[in-house]
Amino acid sequence: MDSDMNSISSEDDFLDQDSDLSLEQGDADSDFDGDEDGDMMGFESQDKIMKPGRKAYEVEFKVYSPKDIQAYQSKQVTEVSSILGQPPEATAILLRYARWNKERLIESYMDKQEEVLEAAGLSENEGNTSKIKKVKGFSCDICCEDDEDLDTFAMKCGHRYCVDCYKHYLSQKIKDEGEAARIKCPGDDCNRVVDSKSLDLLVSTDLQDSRYQELLTRTYVDDKDNLKWCPAPNCVFAVDCSVKARDLERIVPTVHCNCGHGFCFGCTLNDHQPAPCSLVKRWLKKCEDDSETANWISANTKECPRCNSTIEKNGGCNHMTCRKCRHEFCWMCMGVWSEHGTSWYNCNRFEEKSGSEARDAQAKSRQSLERYLHYYNRYANHEQSAKLDRDIYQKTERKMMSLQTTSGMSWIEVQFLEAASKALQECRQTLKWTYAFAFYLARNNQTMIFEDNQKDLEMAVENLSEMFEKPVDALSDLKVEMMDKTSYCTKRRVILLTDTAENLKAGKGNLLEASEMLELERNSYPWDE
Amino acid sequence: MALPKRIIKETERLMAEPVPGISAVPHEENLRYFDVTIDGPSSSPYEGGTFKLELFLPDDYPMTPPKVRFLTKIYHPNIDRLGRICLDVLKSNWSPALQIRTILLSIQALLGAPNPDDPLANDVAQRWKEDEKAAIQTAREWTAEHAKKA
Repeated sequence: MDSDMNSISSEDDFLDQDSDLSLEQGDADSDFDGDEDGDMMGFESQDKIMKPGRKAYEVEFKVYSPKDIQAYQSKQVTEVSSILGQPPEATAILLRYARWNKERLIESYMDKQEEVLEAAGLSENEGNTSKIKKVKGFSCDICCEDDEDLDTFAMKCGHRYCVDCYKHYLSQKIKDEGEAARIKCPGDDCNRVVDSKSLDLLVSTDLQDSRYQELLTRTYVDDKDNLKWCPAPNCVFAVDCSVKARDLERIVPTVHCNCGHGFCFGCTLNDHQPAPCSLVKRWLKKCEDDSETANWISANTKECPRCNSTIEKNGGCNHMTCRKCRHEFCWMCMGVWSEHGTSWYNCNRFEEKSGSEARDAQAKSRQSLERYLHYYNRYANHEQSAKLDRDIYQKTERKMMSLQTTSGMSWIEVQFLEAASKALQECRQTLKWTYAFAFYLARNNQTMIFEDNQKDLEMAVENLSEMFEKPVDALSDLKVEMMDKTSYCTKRRVILLTDTAENLKAGKGNLLEASEMLELERNSYPWDE
Repeated sequence: MALPKRIIKETERLMAEPVPGISAVPHEENLRYFDVTIDGPSSSPYEGGTFKLELFLPDDYPMTPPKVRFLTKIYHPNIDRLGRICLDVLKSNWSPALQIRTILLSIQALLGAPNPDDPLANDVAQRWKEDEKAAIQTAREWTAEHAKKA
């Protein structure tokens, strides 16, 4: 972890977003646990840390509600406030400025207090404190009102405006522009940040409670590398995980939110184990670009045996003349046309040498494309099947009901169906990504083991899937078998994921070199270079 | 809707103490809409030209910045074909304490100091960086052709 040490000691990257923010001694510890003494209620019950028996493909994480995050923020503010001797309002601004890196904030604050205050927008000018007052002969620069009894407000920077304008300005920033943590003084070119005390004075409690707090929490989560919002629609939870961006080549950090959504902490896409984020990105891009085109080309075209141009046959005649190189050949046997003699439009010459050579060449040039399609079609198939399984899942509940009435089984006795359905979903998700992963694997023994594991899982899944579609009256007899299969599927999945994760972590993966990957992707482009 | 005091004051002041090289006159039927002219700053490729602009004060002015656009064709890396201007104080750095007068001065300053590193018109900016002399020459020609004083 020497790179950590470097980033701590250098001052330049004080605000470096990528740098390590959770600097607590053991870096596997997230900011949220450490020395906290359980005074934040609710945390214990949500504790999802896997005990030491954690599997190789699992990572530590915790789920937090917006309330937890708010409480934690204020706790940190109080703590740092007493160390720096700054009021909580200013400390909150400082912490936000330092992107909640306490250690570095304290260190640099001790070093060069003035600079830090200035940069955070807290520099002192005159001694006038932030409060609402009437000033004689005042005219507001924003609205040009100059009534005698106009209420005015200024922060320590001394940029004074009437209270109405100030309020209007703040609520516009909060409501319309979604700013919160770093709203600046309305004065031109003034960097002073509006603190919470001033906000208390000027912004209605309604707006503060709802929108402002929400925005502050959002900024907090966005600022911290170890926190991410759950991407599921309408989900309010954030997940805390200490896996760093630089580890994503070796770890696939799948986390599970309290809302039930499983996603990758690295890229926030749906769970894509065992494939690492970078491959997922590559794969999705590749598929988006080519898959349909590649499929069509594979099904409808052949290549000219001489110049490899892709040719679509658009008439019934087998006598082909390449547009590009004028090569004449037979569509059926791919042999030279002139050898067909007088038996035009009727090719039955499979044995001829020229034809079989041409076909070999064709097969070879199509190999890359076919290889890609092999993986893509299986990937897409599992995606599709998972969707269908999901439909079945919705029917499962009905099945469970009718099973209870027809066979007299109790509610608890039919739960195996739900378990099976869940396992099916999970395994298909994994299988889908094994195919994307395999596209980028080199041919070696490790890959063969991987493929064996993949095959075992796939067979188990298909078996279970088949049973699932049986009529309801047959299901009760299959119960034991289905439970067996369910646990077998789950086991196979664990084995596959553990094996891949261990190899990936140890850095002895069987992944291709980056250049080889690029070549593969290029060669399987469906069109000619 | 009655015109806010702020706009009335600003307009009065623009009329009473005009900024040298800049004029801004509100339309009679819409006092939020201004016809603006800016003289090209001396020792810039826009010297000798008078550029027409339009300026509009939106409903929530001065909480949001005025909308300003060049009407005269101009060859400048931070002004595009439609006359739209890339200037920080017209966007993120707007402050309600700024005024029409200060904004127009900023635009005049932008004419004197083009910033090809933060371009709006990419083709112009690229030329500006690759061959500044030629770009300045083009700017001069455009000024002579489109921004002649009436």
